[in-house]
Amino acid sequence: MKHHLFWPLTILALLLVFNLLYDPTFFSIKVRDGHLYGSLIDILNFGAPLLLVSIGMTLVIATKGIDLSVGSIVAITGAMACLTISKGPDQNALVLVATAVGLSLVLSLALGLWNGFLVAGVGIQPIIATLILMVAGRGVAQLITSGQIITVSSSSYKFIGAGVLFMLPFSIFIVAAVFAVASLLTRKTAIGLFIESVGNKPVASRLAGIRAKSVMIAVYLFCGLCAGVAGLILSSNVSSADGNNAGLWYELDAILAVVIGGTSLNGGRFYLAGTVIGALIIQTLTTTIYMIGVPPEITLVVKAFVVLVVCLIQSESFRKAIVGRWKTRRYPAEKEVARHV
Amino acid sequence: MFKRQHLPIIVTLALFVFMFIAGSFRYTGFFSTQVLLNLFIDNAFLLIVAIGMTFVIVSGGIDLSVGSVIALTSMISASLLQEGWSPAAVIPLVLLLGSLFGSGMGAIIHYFKIQPFIVTLAGMFLARGLCYVISTNTITINNAFYTSVAQTKVYLPGGNFVSISVIIALLLFVLAFYAAHYTRFGRNTYAIGGNEQSAVLMGLPVARTKIGVYLFSGFCSALGGVVLTFYMLSGYGLHAIGMELDAIAAVVIGGTLLTGGFGYVAGTLFGVLIQGAIQTIISFEGTLSSWWTRIVIGLLLFLFILLQRLFSSRQLLQKHRA
Amino acid sequence: MEEGRPILHMKDIHKQFPGVKALSGVQFRLFPGEIHALMGENGAGKSTLIKVLTGVYSIDRGQVEMDQERISIQSPQEAQAAGISTVYQEVNLCPNLSVAENIYIGREPRRFGRILWKELNSAAAKLLEERMNLMIDVTKPLHSYPIAIQQLIAIARALNISAKVLILDEPTSSLDRVEVSQLFNVMNKLKSEGLAILFVTHFLNQVYEISDRITILRGGEFVGEYAASALSRIELVSKMIGKELELLEELPKMSSLDGNGKTGSELLLEAKSLGRRGSIEPFDLSIRAGEIVGLAGLLGSGRTEAARLLFGADSPDQGSLKIGDKGSAHTPRQAIDNGIAFCSEDRKGEGIIDDLTIRENIVLAMQASQGWLRTISKKKQSEIAEQFIEALNINPPNPDQLIKHLSGGNQQKVLLARSLLTEPRLLILDEPTRGIDIGAKAEIQKLVMSLSKKGMSVLFISSELEEVLRVSDRIAVMRDRKKVKEMTDGEMNEQLVMKAIAGGGEE
Repeated sequence: MKHHLFWPLTILALLLVFNLLYDPTFFSIKVRDGHLYGSLIDILNFGAPLLLVSIGMTLVIATKGIDLSVGSIVAITGAMACLTISKGPDQNALVLVATAVGLSLVLSLALGLWNGFLVAGVGIQPIIATLILMVAGRGVAQLITSGQIITVSSSSYKFIGAGVLFMLPFSIFIVAAVFAVASLLTRKTAIGLFIESVGNKPVASRLAGIRAKSVMIAVYLFCGLCAGVAGLILSSNVSSADGNNAGLWYELDAILAVVIGGTSLNGGRFYLAGTVIGALIIQTLTTTIYMIGVPPEITLVVKAFVVLVVCLIQSESFRKAIVGRWKTRRYPAEKEVARHV
Repeated sequence: MFKRQHLPIIVTLALFVFMFIAGSFRYTGFFSTQVLLNLFIDNAFLLIVAIGMTFVIVSGGIDLSVGSVIALTSMISASLLQEGWSPAAVIPLVLLLGSLFGSGMGAIIHYFKIQPFIVTLAGMFLARGLCYVISTNTITINNAFYTSVAQTKVYLPGGNFVSISVIIALLLFVLAFYAAHYTRFGRNTYAIGGNEQSAVLMGLPVARTKIGVYLFSGFCSALGGVVLTFYMLSGYGLHAIGMELDAIAAVVIGGTLLTGGFGYVAGTLFGVLIQGAIQTIISFEGTLSSWWTRIVIGLLLFLFILLQRLFSSRQLLQKHRA
Repeated sequence: MEEGRPILHMKDIHKQFPGVKALSGVQFRLFPGEIHALMGENGAGKSTLIKVLTGVYSIDRGQVEMDQERISIQSPQEAQAAGISTVYQEVNLCPNLSVAENIYIGREPRRFGRILWKELNSAAAKLLEERMNLMIDVTKPLHSYPIAIQQLIAIARALNISAKVLILDEPTSSLDRVEVSQLFNVMNKLKSEGLAILFVTHFLNQVYEISDRITILRGGEFVGEYAASALSRIELVSKMIGKELELLEELPKMSSLDGNGKTGSELLLEAKSLGRRGSIEPFDLSIRAGEIVGLAGLLGSGRTEAARLLFGADSPDQGSLKIGDKGSAHTPRQAIDNGIAFCSEDRKGEGIIDDLTIRENIVLAMQASQGWLRTISKKKQSEIAEQFIEALNINPPNPDQLIKHLSGGNQQKVLLARSLLTEPRLLILDEPTRGIDIGAKAEIQKLVMSLSKKGMSVLFISSELEEVLRVSDRIAVMRDRKKVKEMTDGEMNEQLVMKAIAGGGEE
């Protein structure tokens, strides 16, 4: 059996090689004003918000859930932070920026809790429960920004999304930190075990003494927080908040990244590293399409095929059809049932 | 004759009536037949799409591609008209394409057992992306037939009027109502939504019905696209963004169970009207901004989903009585 | 009872699943106008046989004849077309549709494609009244009626497809007494109309009340076909349970050798009229420290239900439970904290976590009770796993193997390890030896006995009488969702336990 990162890495490598052939300077990284510049750095920098959202989404999907509201949460937290800063007397004041960031993150946690409550507490299917916030969230974001694009001029705030540390964009460090925390929490503590167990077999997990509800609430909380941080990076990068368009399609891209990374939508085993590569693939794809001069919106067509191919590969019925073991349509139910004998 | 299973649709109806009466008391000029008819005029394409969505949701699935298919339809129509095609060829063609698109998704969902959510998500990306393959800009439509349809007012007794789109939407509504309650296709759709495995064991044509449901939704999206094109007189890749959410919300507010098996086409009509009424009230209010529409719809969605949850857990309790 | 020719005749049926012989050389005959009970314990092959008849499974060898003609049924639809209709325990209808629709969907009366609701409803009402003696509002949705009525409606639908053979697969398991007699009235009526009925149930009383003939299967093999009147309860039970003489005979009966002193040890668990409506009638049970209490009874007799109440997997609605100095548990988590461990009989559904490794499956419960902050390091996990792999002889001896790739017996050992790791004072084992090979069986029995020597109490549930007798210090017998008898070591013997399981006589 191949390593679970084999396919994602191969796709990423192919994309990069294609770029290199198209533009031989693609891999070159220059130093200018003490910053590193180059396409690879851009991919990491612009991909940061998606990477964050995808990391959160991975854990939610591992519990057999889904969070459609992340795009709305991105918009809400960005709006909240910019509003707070724009109201302050000195937009550069660290205290103010810290307050804005803190407030936004608390808000994103609250929204994650809301989703978790609906899923684990009330028992609504995840896709439906998070749909509510997906619909209402954009309205809330616009309510915060009064329907306008709030611009701020705070260099302290701008540092989050556009700052430079050790010659690299600061956002990369945020992503690295969140990824490290998520990996540590899930691989070095028992949380990962509980998540996989609950996502794989909820009933058996309960009998083994796992508090499935707490686990579920925790993953939605974390996913909300990730989306919140992504919202901060995104709005800080452009020093403005757009309630309408910030984080648009993020939920879908994040789900796509998770699926490409090898985590099944049916829950259970999850691969954070795979997700990271999945998100990088999506970001590289966008960059590539920009570079070769095709309208960027056409990325959607490519994404459509990627989603379909990945899901077909994961589909047992499809694999059987391909392998040819589907040779007969007699006793269609037997295989299904025999697995449970 | 009142039956318990009619409760959700009665709640929806009552909500609409209440909103309309409240609006009438609060705003002068609200209480008029034309305001009511405008709800239909402004939301004809939403109604068309939501009707298709009702069938999908009743069957236990979901279709996220509807908004994109509308945009794609508008794009194809506009570009073909620009090329000089006749509307008599364009309209049947886009309806056919929409149906094919839908049935393709249905076939993948059924035969490869992939969640409808993810398949139609891919469909959503694909259709939206194809718009931009055609053009990234708006294509305006100057075709005489389209402009005349757009401007035609069909007068009703009493001096009020509706658009041709409304008539198309209402015809579809009657057809869908009949299909849902008086044809095997409709009943099989309910059966699959109630318990797909039972439907298989009962010997119902599950594959045909499931694919048919997505085909119908694809057709409705294309028809909605045609109607939207009449309304907008342009094709554009950004048309109808987020429409799938409006359609789903209309269906849920109309009392259809998101888990499938239960719901009424008539409920969806009122779901659409409620959304229209919210918009109208907010525009009459003046001080309230448009984004309140989304918040209120989200709130209603929450309340109705909660209501459904209570409704279905009561049913469950009954089932376990023995 | 050789009245003419059988309508259905299955000859020398063989069916093998990977690693399991589900059916070998089974035969079955069904005559028109009879009710024929198919009996057997878990793994006997009843459900496989029925699935062969309904076109779900193919057969490896043998033939099925219907009306003297050889047939091959390849899908549920073909079964129906051949005149074989099935009504399952969980009603396979659509709860959201009306009663009338459930009966007629797929063949509604139509004119120009339009469904004629009036005709449909009146036909359904007539059908239910004439054949089922049932007068109900057929326009109401199915879910508004109790399961018993739903069963009758399912039968009505099945009959409506011109059935010659009706299979009723455990139709009575969730019905109360009145509902059962209503069902039996209908069955008798249908029988008198010439229908052949295959009836599967776990309730012995019902078998004798309704059936004319009994076929018994055991371990996938045909035991015999008997007229119900010629087979006593005790014979029936002994044929169903059978004897396993192989390896197990060598095992000394340890419990009787050192059974002294246990009666004097402290009381660990005490249940007083603990019960749950629709699941198990109130029962008393006490277990002392270091004692092995066997819970005997047939499948569906309430054994599992009792265990689930003790473990907090289901909440009781009456009675009280004391475990040591603690009260009853409302969740499995509490029960584990109170020192109880439980291995479910549904190993695949409620036991193993497929996607996790042996190591992860073993530490799961211990980790859950420690909480996520006190994480067991991977190194420690591997040590624990290897320790258990060695102690329980788990194969393959690789802690990082996914559990879904293990055989049933080894999966069971992993689950045992998971329970033991929480260091329970009471271990509840529900059918721990079902579906596993004889070697693993003996190992598990030995393990249970040695645990009790070390002071752990065990509640041992099994359909295999011999096994229960061998390991237990005391036996409680369950029948028809009731605890009917309790026996201590001195008075326990096969004959008595079997009598208690079979019942009759005293009612």
